[in-house]
Amino acid sequence: MSNTGRIIHITVYRFDPDQDSKPYPATYEVDASHCRGVMLLDALEYIKSHLDETLSFRRSCNEGVCGSDGMNINGKNGLACITPLASLPDKVTLRSLPSFPIIRDLIVDMTRFYKQYERADPYLQNTGDAPAKERLQSPEERSKLDGLYECILCACCTSACPSYWWNPDKFMGPAALLWVARFLADSRDNYENERLEALQDAFSLYRCRSVMNCADVCPKGLNPAKAIADVRHRMLDEST
Amino acid sequence: MTIVNETYDVIIVGGGGAGQRAALETASSGANVALISKVFPTRSHTVSAQGGINAALGNIDKGDSWECHMFDTIRGSDYLGDQDSIEYMCSQASRTVIELEHMGMPFSRNEDGTIYQRAFGGQTLDFGKGGQAHRTCPAADRTGHAMLHTLFQQNVKAKTRFFHEWFAIDLLKSGPQKVSGILAMCLETGELRVFHAKAVVLATGGAGRIYASTTNAYSCTGDGLGMVYRAGFPLQDMEMWQFHPTGVAGVGCLITEGARGEGGILRNSEGERYMERYAPIQKDLACRDVVSRSSALEMKAGRGCGPRGDYMHLDLTHLPQETLQERLPGISDLARTFANVDVSKEPIPVVPTCHYMMGGIPTNKYGQVLTQDKLGKDTFVEGLYAAGECACVSVHGANRLGANSLLEIVVFGRAVGHHINDHIGDIAHEKNAEFDASLEKALGRVGFWRQGGGGESIDEVIQDMKKIMQEDFGVFRDGKNMQEGLAKLDVVRRRLAHASISDKSLAFNTRLVSAFELENMMAVAYTTAMAALARKESRGAHSRVDFPDRDDKNWHKHSLAFEGDRASTRAVNMQPNHVDPFPLQEREH
Amino acid sequence: MVRNILALTGSGVRDWLIQRVTALLILAYVITLVTYVVQHAPLTYAAWHQFFACHVVKIVTTLILLSVVWHAWIGMWTVFTDYIKPRMLRRVLTVSVIIYLFYNLVWGLDLVWSI
Repeated sequence: MSNTGRIIHITVYRFDPDQDSKPYPATYEVDASHCRGVMLLDALEYIKSHLDETLSFRRSCNEGVCGSDGMNINGKNGLACITPLASLPDKVTLRSLPSFPIIRDLIVDMTRFYKQYERADPYLQNTGDAPAKERLQSPEERSKLDGLYECILCACCTSACPSYWWNPDKFMGPAALLWVARFLADSRDNYENERLEALQDAFSLYRCRSVMNCADVCPKGLNPAKAIADVRHRMLDEST
Repeated sequence: MTIVNETYDVIIVGGGGAGQRAALETASSGANVALISKVFPTRSHTVSAQGGINAALGNIDKGDSWECHMFDTIRGSDYLGDQDSIEYMCSQASRTVIELEHMGMPFSRNEDGTIYQRAFGGQTLDFGKGGQAHRTCPAADRTGHAMLHTLFQQNVKAKTRFFHEWFAIDLLKSGPQKVSGILAMCLETGELRVFHAKAVVLATGGAGRIYASTTNAYSCTGDGLGMVYRAGFPLQDMEMWQFHPTGVAGVGCLITEGARGEGGILRNSEGERYMERYAPIQKDLACRDVVSRSSALEMKAGRGCGPRGDYMHLDLTHLPQETLQERLPGISDLARTFANVDVSKEPIPVVPTCHYMMGGIPTNKYGQVLTQDKLGKDTFVEGLYAAGECACVSVHGANRLGANSLLEIVVFGRAVGHHINDHIGDIAHEKNAEFDASLEKALGRVGFWRQGGGGESIDEVIQDMKKIMQEDFGVFRDGKNMQEGLAKLDVVRRRLAHASISDKSLAFNTRLVSAFELENMMAVAYTTAMAALARKESRGAHSRVDFPDRDDKNWHKHSLAFEGDRASTRAVNMQPNHVDPFPLQEREH
Repeated sequence: MVRNILALTGSGVRDWLIQRVTALLILAYVITLVTYVVQHAPLTYAAWHQFFACHVVKIVTTLILLSVVWHAWIGMWTVFTDYIKPRMLRRVLTVSVIIYLFYNLVWGLDLVWSI
């Protein structure tokens, strides 16, 4: 769809903790050709510059790699900076990431998400002595990390996961589990046992019900559900 | 409102590669460290770096050495880089990359399991005589992401204290040349807090957002530079801005030099590989300043591509499918998303785009911030360090080599931490009348935006500043245009003093942050304009139409710019410690 | 994490494996029964009675009754821990389901082994 002269009605669920008891919708009329770029984030920047400077959202890299501007766009989580306006209908509804506490407008509190990430022990662990040069890793071994290490912690997946909605305190969520899978897959890491041990309970890993929302929304095209299935198979292999 | 005071040994401002590496180093000594970042650390702009990190590992070129790397860096800097600092960085490069690998960074690999190394611009073997070097260690084309996440993971492991989404407002001084803390604001609540520290490390990154067209993130607003400038300390070589030859036209996002390192070719509207004419030896892998200027000249000569002739083509269509998938998956995605181009079938429209600030806060090779006394002699600012893009060590001089910036942030992040660990015992916390006065001044700035009203919107000011910088201080510069540009910028700067914001809320007031950022950007823009006008020669990225040649007699020196429009200079260091100095030469391409 | 005592085993991997194995068993059992019914249509009480009088069928049916209990226990516990947030209500519901499942188990055993 061409953006020339196109008018888009963008409804944003607004919330200011000092004034509002719950989010309310506010609609802005944006001429797409007046925006600086062709992405949804450019339309939000336009609103903030020209229509309402109190509209609040996070953003930084503008190219889908920092993971700041995750939001719910017409019911589906995504990054505003790599969502082309041309891919959206003339009426767009934006909400903050579902199930995360709202700080203000489209900005959510990600504390719990980060805690779950830390629970994944997201760092290389190796009991051996480090060699003087690099640890060797064949291209085949290295390719096992592809599809796992590219996560940008935008939380689009975790916020779209029903299992996380119901048990955010116990289920680690797809993003954190993707990081578990990333270190399990690394030929340089030898803490497989400890990593699996930490996921023994009925919730942390096993509450995943393979709904696949995570893979559906991941802006980087990653597949956390498959990564989780791989971790389960490893667990089964180790425990039977 | 009462202000909470907190006391740490070390406060690090900035959560990118330099800040996080400094945090790891200082925390490992048992010091009480806190890292303050206006974004969650993995969202810092390091994450956008693509191509790789330089180190003469010799995994591909057996004859490579750090001395060759040093020579290339000095030559690439057009001899404006400080040779002692460059020597330090290049001699530390291999150990730095190995250390990152041991931390878990997912480098791309060779068949023998060693780290893969690709060709990058301006890099040669045998001191310029041995042909193209393969020295750049990548993690596909997501090296910055891989590095930043790896460093963050190590900080998670080390349980580093983070204050993420806190904005540093100003340095707090306890003497004319002593810094003893900072004032910062919690974005979530709007709370202001004083952080007392024996050492403050600025690792706030670049400021490319002063230009209308940039590859830089929204967050690259030169906050550390603004803080230093307002504290009365100088900024160095601010005229030196790198324009990357391959920003996606009309969008700004970066296509790595690695695309050319893997065999990509720049072509004009006639399909000609024009870099063969401008740089017969290095061709598409000449230094970035050379390639950007060549592209600009092609467009001026009417050989630009597209209906308006305002971009060039980066052609990857001849590369094997495996190369695109394994070595350049990220840029294939970016080209599809932002330019609607399938890189295996069509060329990418690219244009020189503001990318990197070579100048910044002057430091020595230990990261100690330098200023000058009244007689023009170098002195240290006690308790203040800087590392990364915000610092001017200077390892990049007038032009940075690709993949030296990721190297710089880790090498000097660690060097700063190292120096602090050795000297923190000698520094005392200080809180005196001068400290209180600088706190008062900083709070005054907060009050100005929070209470003020009725003025012009900061948006107009931002846009006008960017426009002036883009038009008058871009790839080619001319005395007359810059003179006018500086005058216009002065008007814009005065308008900022009367601007206001209408959002007065406390919770996550991004408008207030933008206002602070604009003040910082204005300091960067104005010093850039001043220094660019003052340097009457062409060197590296600073290319003047009215002074087309390098003038070593008068201008082989760093420029300094102070608040109050005062300028000065510093000598370039030509005394490396372990090798002979590299004498000034003409650059060949 | 504190072990959940109302879960069948409390071990993620064991619950996961049991639920899948029991599902397969139940599926195989149902297919067998349906096949038998189709093959012997129209089914008479005598034939049906004779089928269940067979010792192997009794043992297999017993295993399947146990499988149903385990499968449903894991499943209902999961559903309750997802959707029922008031703890007291969840406890009562889970315990009720477990009792109900055992009630059915004993009833089923009584039926099968009284033939």
